[in-house]
Amino acid sequence: MTEHAAAVEITNPTGLHARPAVKLTKLAKTFGGAAIQVALAEGGPWIDAKSVVKVMAMKAARGTYLHIRASGEQGAAALAALRDLVRRDFDEGPEAHGPA
Amino acid sequence: MSNVGIVIVSHSPDVAKGAADMVRQMVGDEVPLAWCGGNAEGGLGTDVAAISEAIERAWSEAGVAILVDLGGAETNSEMAIEFLPDERRGRVVVCNAPIVEGAVVAATEASGGSPLDVVKATAEELSP
Repeated sequence: MTEHAAAVEITNPTGLHARPAVKLTKLAKTFGGAAIQVALAEGGPWIDAKSVVKVMAMKAARGTYLHIRASGEQGAAALAALRDLVRRDFDEGPEAHGPA
Repeated sequence: MSNVGIVIVSHSPDVAKGAADMVRQMVGDEVPLAWCGGNAEGGLGTDVAAISEAIERAWSEAGVAILVDLGGAETNSEMAIEFLPDERRGRVVVCNAPIVEGAVVAATEASGGSPLDVVKATAEELSP
């Protein structure tokens, strides 16, 4: 099965705190057929991106890299969507105008 | 597809409303949500009738997960569940989880369409 992977720097001022964690897991859940995992290092530990409790517990700070990997149905689209969400600072920055 | 509903039951209406506000802001409005707090006299406490009404407001065919704070909130919620009609009683559960964090993660899980047992288990992952 093809696995898609990327690493993206968390530039959101407060890091992957509660609200971004909710956004990330909600977005991941929209890709029902894809297995999506995130980690703070390429070597893992990899955690399920659809588990809000585990994503919040990562406590990923600003400046760290979030590693994302996805496989299965719409794996590539899932990876792109999550990567873009992190790049957009979870739509929380002052420059975020679009609908959340 | 109907998502599991969330009910927040606190001794304090301010706590219950505040937790519900956090759910709305952080998770959104695709999850049925209701809250109640305070006793029938307007003081701190919980009220079985008010809990029953909150369950009704948050009702979903997928069921309802209740988040509570202290002892009486749990026992009164269980009593409100007892009073439900037979066809609904099995679809309402009290989660053993912290009220604010539990409500947010339960609603997040519910927003993805997860069934009631998964929503409850996710909230309970927060408890040691």
